Amino acid sequence: MMDLKGVSVGFGAAYALRDVSVSIARGERLGIVGESGSGKSMLGLTMMGMVPDAARVEGAIALDGAQLARASERVWRRHRARKVAMIFQEPMAALNPLQRLGETVMEPLQVHLGLSRAAARDRTLELFAEVGIPDPEARLRQYPHEISGGQRQRVLIALALTCDPSLLIADEPTTALDAHVALRIIDLLVNLAASRQMALVFISHDLAAVARATERIAVMYGGEVIETGPTPQVLQDPQHPYTKGLLGARPGIGGETPGRGPDGRRKRLPTIPGTVPPLSALPAGCRFSGRCPVELPHCARVRPEPHRVSGNRIATCHLLGGRA
Amino acid sequence: MNALLQVRAVTRRYRMPRSSILRRGPVLTAIENVSFTLERGRTLGIVGESGSGKSTLARLIMAFEAPDEGEVLFDGKNLHALSSAELRLLRRRFQMVFQDPWGSLDPRHTVSWSIAEPLRATGAGEIGRRVDEALSQVGLRPQDGSKYPHEFSGGQRQRIAIARAIVTRPALLVADEAVSALDVSVQAQILNLLMDLQEDLGLAMVFISHDLPVVACLADDVLVMRAGQAIEAGPTAALISAPRAQYTRALLAAGGLMP
Repeated sequence: MMDLKGVSVGFGAAYALRDVSVSIARGERLGIVGESGSGKSMLGLTMMGMVPDAARVEGAIALDGAQLARASERVWRRHRARKVAMIFQEPMAALNPLQRLGETVMEPLQVHLGLSRAAARDRTLELFAEVGIPDPEARLRQYPHEISGGQRQRVLIALALTCDPSLLIADEPTTALDAHVALRIIDLLVNLAASRQMALVFISHDLAAVARATERIAVMYGGEVIETGPTPQVLQDPQHPYTKGLLGARPGIGGETPGRGPDGRRKRLPTIPGTVPPLSALPAGCRFSGRCPVELPHCARVRPEPHRVSGNRIATCHLLGGRA
Repeated sequence: MNALLQVRAVTRRYRMPRSSILRRGPVLTAIENVSFTLERGRTLGIVGESGSGKSTLARLIMAFEAPDEGEVLFDGKNLHALSSAELRLLRRRFQMVFQDPWGSLDPRHTVSWSIAEPLRATGAGEIGRRVDEALSQVGLRPQDGSKYPHEFSGGQRQRIAIARAIVTRPALLVADEAVSALDVSVQAQILNLLMDLQEDLGLAMVFISHDLPVVACLADDVLVMRAGQAIEAGPTAALISAPRAQYTRALLAAGGLMP
């Protein structure tokens, strides 16, 4: 339903996204994983048509058949909320502190869908129930500061669902939440995707969250998607050196059990040397060159081609071979 | 010999703001009856979520504030019974690393100046040489000391904050969410640095985090806090392989250690 082909987003000579191709089918749950500066949030904004004015967008963005890469803000507005909706990391910042929760959710129902006040109120109560907000009647009259972070995120999800979008983009929706609350929010998003046949793009730096939330995963580095495939396969058997490094560095997922080695010293975590370079200083060839432990002499100069590892698994690395 | 740190049945209550001029505000019990002992050179992990009392516990251990009940003994001395001059001298033996490497360094001062601050505060000598030594212990170069915080990445700033904490050659390091704001690959580098420092310098550490898998990779023992109470404690391997509390299992699930 959403299809990005060779999409680049540039600022001057630097690219925040370079040649990104991803597609999402109806009801599918896609995870986008990466560290700060990987371009994952920019990819989410691109799918919402919300890239900054200064950015240059190249490539093709199709949403239910409509071509949107060069669409105006007016055109995008017809699609936002109805087809694509988005939730963010910090629910307090996304809610108006002076507006009651009921008013906040009723507003788009009245403005976009033309519902009467009474009908909008009834629909809001249904939405609150659908996202698991207890005692919805009482919530209508409350303000954002009166409820917990997890409940706020649920209100934002209800708000995003007001116009029945077919794609929900969630950018770090659980990062600001406590672990057990985060699990509930993830499970809610998974259930909503199934019950509504709604596609979900789940953007996060948290591999454990993405593992739980998604069926397919795209790993980003330096503004490019460097590996995609079914989530369990990518996490269990990563192909790209960056994905391998990232999984190894996260305690409790890919690596060894913690404890002490035979020498009595504590086992160290495998690390990726260095840090993500700024966009303007990324190597022209493979974005990961310079930090890669298995780098070849031509990696920094020559861009690797996407390689089909198997079935629906693709990794972009010179070591794996040529074009998919 | 005494244990390095003994926390004995500490309770800390806060008076909340009043909501009526006729009544005093309600009392919030941030920590209730928490005890543990930390031996020299060992690491205790404290896991809990927001509101669990873990940061209040850190402030009591650092003697930033006093418990309402119970006592904190550092090397046998009751921290909250010392005079302020005695406490200031003793402070060079226990130091802290905070979560936010942007907020904890003064942007108007050079890195060397910030690292030297605890030395000046506790009246130590040989400041220049010890700052250079601390910089190299955390993997930075002595010439980095003349730069300002904004010239460094988040991971490097956390190295600077660690250098400031170890420059007084403490016996105990308290780290409150010290890697939580960092990207996964940088987080692993800082965790390894903490393991290096602990083993090379014989530091004891109280490592506080909401992230149980992170705690498990460097703690000998783990204490799980919830709503101000210690609900489970034990050696790390045992606690991870057979958690007793439902809550501990939820923390493990959140970190991806369990399906």
